[in-house]
Amino acid sequence: MSRTLAAAGATWTVANWPAVLAAAEHAHKVAEAPDSQKLEFLTPAEAKEVEAISACIIPSDGTPGAREAGVVYFIDRALVTFSVDDQKTYREGLPEIQNRLQHIFPTATLFSTATAEQQEAVLESLDEAGSKNPPRRPRANFMAGSAAQLFETIRAHTLAGFLIDPESDRKGNRGGVGWTVIGRLPEHGFQPPFGFYDKGYAGWQPASAAKESAKND
Amino acid sequence: MTKATFGAKAPDTVKYNPSDVVDFVIVGSGAAGGILAKELSTNGFSVVVLEQGPYLRESDFSHDEIKVLQEDLLTNHPKLQPNTFRKTPKDKAKQQRTVLYGRAVGGTSNHFTANFWRFHEIDFIERSKIGPVAGSTLTDWPIKYADLEPYYTKVEWEVGVSGMAGASPFDPPRSKPYPMPPLPVKSSGVIFERAARKLGWNPFPAPMAILSQPRAGRSACVNCGFCLGFGCEVKAKSSSLASMIPIAEKSGKCEIRPNSYVHKIEMDEQGRATGAVYFDEKKNVHLQKAKAVILSANGAETPRLLLLSASSKFPNGLSNSSGLVGKNLMFNTGAVSVGVMDEPLNDYKGYAVSRVLHDFYELDASKVGFYGGGGLDARYDVTPIGFAFGGLPPGSPRWGKDYKALLAHNFTRSFEIFGHGTSLPVEDNSFSIDPDVKDAWGLPALRLTYKDHPDDVKLMHWLADRSNELLQAAGAKQHWTFPIDEQQFGVHLLGTCRMGNDPKSSVVNADHQSHDVKNLFLCDGSSLTTGGRGQPTMTIMALAFRAADRIRDLARRGALNA
Repeated sequence: MSRTLAAAGATWTVANWPAVLAAAEHAHKVAEAPDSQKLEFLTPAEAKEVEAISACIIPSDGTPGAREAGVVYFIDRALVTFSVDDQKTYREGLPEIQNRLQHIFPTATLFSTATAEQQEAVLESLDEAGSKNPPRRPRANFMAGSAAQLFETIRAHTLAGFLIDPESDRKGNRGGVGWTVIGRLPEHGFQPPFGFYDKGYAGWQPASAAKESAKND
Repeated sequence: MTKATFGAKAPDTVKYNPSDVVDFVIVGSGAAGGILAKELSTNGFSVVVLEQGPYLRESDFSHDEIKVLQEDLLTNHPKLQPNTFRKTPKDKAKQQRTVLYGRAVGGTSNHFTANFWRFHEIDFIERSKIGPVAGSTLTDWPIKYADLEPYYTKVEWEVGVSGMAGASPFDPPRSKPYPMPPLPVKSSGVIFERAARKLGWNPFPAPMAILSQPRAGRSACVNCGFCLGFGCEVKAKSSSLASMIPIAEKSGKCEIRPNSYVHKIEMDEQGRATGAVYFDEKKNVHLQKAKAVILSANGAETPRLLLLSASSKFPNGLSNSSGLVGKNLMFNTGAVSVGVMDEPLNDYKGYAVSRVLHDFYELDASKVGFYGGGGLDARYDVTPIGFAFGGLPPGSPRWGKDYKALLAHNFTRSFEIFGHGTSLPVEDNSFSIDPDVKDAWGLPALRLTYKDHPDDVKLMHWLADRSNELLQAAGAKQHWTFPIDEQQFGVHLLGTCRMGNDPKSSVVNADHQSHDVKNLFLCDGSSLTTGGRGQPTMTIMALAFRAADRIRDLARRGALNA
């Protein structure tokens, strides 16, 4: 049965290929349109700090992290689009982070030039929720209510900027590296088998028949 | 932003003036409104559908999680239309989002999960079978499963449902098989099926309102993986937008008018509805005149609209002589457990649910100690950003190297068991209008009053226990259940203008006709007398097909003119 379905899907794809291709190309162009290196809200100095914080949240540790995904440009864009309300949180919060760093490590200057240990210590001190909160089911408006706190805001923005649809015009997940890290392929459509457990699945059978075939295995 | 080209061209359709007295004005273009528009217009009636949201096309849909989920591309806007919540009628309501519903042509059917099993026979007659339940207004429907059976079949064939007849031993009788085989199984479905059978349960291929084969000019599912919460770019998901609206428009008798926010039903001296008053995109007010009015605005907005239409003649709101408009709200119960397997499932590919079981549809209260019933499904409906926020087990790191490593490991290896069940109707559980908070149009905000019946909470825990048993049997190396709290937020908006024979204890009759206003019909989630075991859209659509037949017959008999 799955073979029939695969064929059915393929039939449609072939028949509509030019349209699908046109749509995908369009999306790609849109994604490329915003100047990927241009800052719209953050100053270059602020951007450097934001990038360092995001790189601490999703580090580059053998596989790409927030830095390679261009998260700082995603955040900069967010601050003039869907997260315009968070401008103040960033502008006023960044100096606070620096103060926090210097309070803990009096000889340190900027977050971006601090050692990895120092950076982690600062973020740990800011992470009030820690890991104690049970996870909530992911749903719409996952960022609601977190804007007040800079660490939570940067964390939310970093996660989103790392994993956003790379074909969107949000400047995040550059080159799809975030999806590569979590193992999500970039294609718009997939054919079965999808994963390890449905490979070789014989098709649904009534319980009695399934028992019989299990015996014969 | 310019639009991609395919599917983008609006068809040339009939236009009416608001001053034209059309046969029917329908408020809402979702699961029920879309079907009523198609059925009535193809039967020769003139129809205007007023939809508060925009008319989006497939090319406007997107996989951008921020645009769709955070910015509510397809759904109601909490900033424009704030909601308030309180637990009991004694409390003062606080502002918070309480509902999520579709706000675009196609309504909630654009973004639903598409689980499409039929209600069972018991759902319509449960009160008679089990007797009263303390603290609940549980009552029988005025119709039975057999009355709705032909219309369930109609949904399967006309709207498009994939499935396998006879695969569940608990399924109610049917007159026809499904028009299409089930969608290809996912790894989560195979794991679920094997584990459930070990436990002696009866898993079956999920009936889904998603095409497994090309049909009626629509594509089969391409398994893109952005399904629940998202609109379908290839018209495989059987939304009203993909299935019904095009036929309604093609009839030459139906105008879909988007960005039209209805806030009042206009009445004449004789107590008859004469049309619907709405704001257009520029907030100008119009009255669309009609011989009869149908509200399919969903279980929250339909009662709100009736309450907003209060007048000196109807001080408690329109069609509210029973006092039950907005009351007996049911959300359905849900409990979600997650399992992590050793090997990749890649369940991000494809639609959400491929296997279901209904062994627990009717639990014996004398054995389990509470009223209720439900089922389990195997699913994965979590998108990448959503997973990063809430997909990891309790106690996981929230950032840094270890967090990243867990994301990388678990994203492809996780799946969910969703326990879906009854919720008991309780009169105080309701939608009403807030006395203080206003929306962006100056209208009173939607207020939710809700406290789960204690049996509902017990059921959620019971279903979660079964899910964890199943995950254990499946050999999940880790599994957990999301916290089960009392509900303060709903997507299934049911029972708020319940159907019944007695005008004192119901709002509409079995024809969806208002007991008080003869040319006013209410047909959507609000009509459901009981909420079934979750996944109500199939039943809402079947009711809409049936309502269309009843309304057509009444109109032809001249019964709406009296």
